[in-house]
Amino acid sequence: MILARGLTKRYGHKTAVDRADFSVASGHVTGFLGPNGAGKSTTMRMILGLDRPTAGDVTVNGKHYRDLGAPLREVGALLEARAAQGGRTARNHLRCLARSNGIPDRRADEVLRLVGLEAVAGQQVRNFSLGMSQRLGIAGALLGDPPILMFDEPVNGLDPEGILWIRTLIRQLAAEGRTVFVSSHLMAEMALTADHLVVIGRGRILADTDMRDFIDTNATSHVLVRSPRLTDLVPLLSARGWRVDPEGRDAVRVHGTPPDAIGDLAADHGIRLHELAPVRPSLEEAFMRLTGDTVEYHAGTPGQPPIPPDVAAGGAA
Amino acid sequence: MTAAGAAGRRRPPHASFANVLSSEWTKIRTVPSTFWTLLAGALIIIGFSALWAWAFTASFDQLDRADRASISPTSPMQIAFYFGMVVFGVLGVLVISGEYGSGMIRASLTAMPRRAEYLAAKAVVVAGVVLVAGLVVSFASFFVSQPILMINHLDGSLGDRGVLRSVFGGGLFLALIAVMALGIGTIVRHTAGSIVTMFVILFVLGIVGGFLPGSWGRTLNQYLPSNAGSAILAPVRQSGSLAPWAGLGVFALYTAVVLLVAVVLFRSRDA
Ligand SMILES: Nc1ncnc2c1ncn2[C@@H]1O[C@H](COP(=O)(O)OP(=O)(O)OP(=O)(O)O)[C@@H](O)[C@H]1O
Ligand SMILES: [Mg+2]
Repeated sequence: MILARGLTKRYGHKTAVDRADFSVASGHVTGFLGPNGAGKSTTMRMILGLDRPTAGDVTVNGKHYRDLGAPLREVGALLEARAAQGGRTARNHLRCLARSNGIPDRRADEVLRLVGLEAVAGQQVRNFSLGMSQRLGIAGALLGDPPILMFDEPVNGLDPEGILWIRTLIRQLAAEGRTVFVSSHLMAEMALTADHLVVIGRGRILADTDMRDFIDTNATSHVLVRSPRLTDLVPLLSARGWRVDPEGRDAVRVHGTPPDAIGDLAADHGIRLHELAPVRPSLEEAFMRLTGDTVEYHAGTPGQPPIPPDVAAGGAA
Repeated sequence: MTAAGAAGRRRPPHASFANVLSSEWTKIRTVPSTFWTLLAGALIIIGFSALWAWAFTASFDQLDRADRASISPTSPMQIAFYFGMVVFGVLGVLVISGEYGSGMIRASLTAMPRRAEYLAAKAVVVAGVVLVAGLVVSFASFFVSQPILMINHLDGSLGDRGVLRSVFGGGLFLALIAVMALGIGTIVRHTAGSIVTMFVILFVLGIVGGFLPGSWGRTLNQYLPSNAGSAILAPVRQSGSLAPWAGLGVFALYTAVVLLVAVVLFRSRDA
């Protein structure tokens, strides 16, 4: 259980994390989602006692991280892919970490086998590829067999095989009853692995919810209707109290009703439909909407209208 | 179910000081840079000791009585230390700057978040390693120069007054240098910057001090780090220099101050 209350970090005038309140419950995969620069890594560093909060605090199992007796046995963390000294071998790197927590040397070989690095255990870390470094970092996180694991952007820079491996590993760790807190800026990645979501944008927590709830609230579905007689159909739809948004020349998006009701209504009035399709926006889209106005470094997108701020609320009817 | 279950019941070993010491000892002996740095330091000090013993011997006929009297059995060592001691500082710097440079520091501090203890363990290990290596180097440089000095009967033995203390003190001095360097490395955090700082403190300051005018200049000169520390290398107190143990004590005091500043900064800064 990780609990943050009013967690704030300022670097000079820059507020990286702004009064964040959230919790990471035991036994689940909690996704920590936010665009680049949102404050994910900063938050994780504060959880691990690496960065000192400007205000507020965060505890792990009710304790500040620095008060954990054997930190590696309680929390395993992967922050950056490359966090090992180049001249040391993979095995020795892990032994150095293990010993500080009284973990026997043989555990280094065990975790190397677990992440598939046993063949290069005796090689210097400097020659490792990004994927191998990432695996070594995960091996380090697993050293103490901890009930809580934290991974910061674990799939960054990995090839498809590596991504699949991490995804499977995270699910497996959760299946063993562990708590996993994993950050990403990729919504799709989270949709595949997380049960719970903490969404952050510009240092503020935008959502701390169940994945299901998040989808229901933020990814509301609508129905795409295409018809040659839109001018007759739209007043009928509006009269029922459904919200209708234009979509191109001959189509509309209808919110707040299932497609069959629209089909029936059109049939009753003898209006032909050329398309009647329920649309479930991707989670990616939901995420974009939620964080849209909090993204820090926008890529220029000329000519695109701003996303209305009330989208999330609109679907509730 | 190994994850959550076992942790509660049987009390597992924790990140004790002894365990962190063991971790640091593993760290220092598993990077190649430790060996190469120590070897370089040893070669420079032992090599220069031999070279200067030879230089004293070769120029003996041209020296006047006062100059001849000022040569002690440890004179070649003293000069060699001046050139070589900074290399042992490099080892102290690398022990921490290597972690900052690679990002290892964040892994290390998640394993051991109590930073003062963490730094203390590093200091103990680096002091221990350099003390042993330093004693070997110090004795070797003494013994390598004696046969050469013997040609003009300038040599001595460990039994002579102050000689054993000088040679033994040489090892202590190198260990203190390495610990000071660890402090500098912790404060500066970059390898190159830390080494330059060490170089200025140990080498440049000593040269600058020699040019200071007047009696205040001479007094100040004695207290400059490298001059104070190397007072231990002279069998008998030399003019313009502190008494041997007082000098090393002053250097130990500087080391303590640097380490204290390092601990305070290390604890308050983000890693
Ligand atoms: N040490 C630091 N000094 C100054 N500013 C910092 C520091 N660390 C982070 N920041 C700033 O704080 C903000 C949050 O950064 P952080 O790295 O936590 O974001 P992130 O969510 O992890 O982003 P990404 O997805 O790119 O990894 C950024 O604007 C960043 O520039
Ligand atoms: Mg980040």
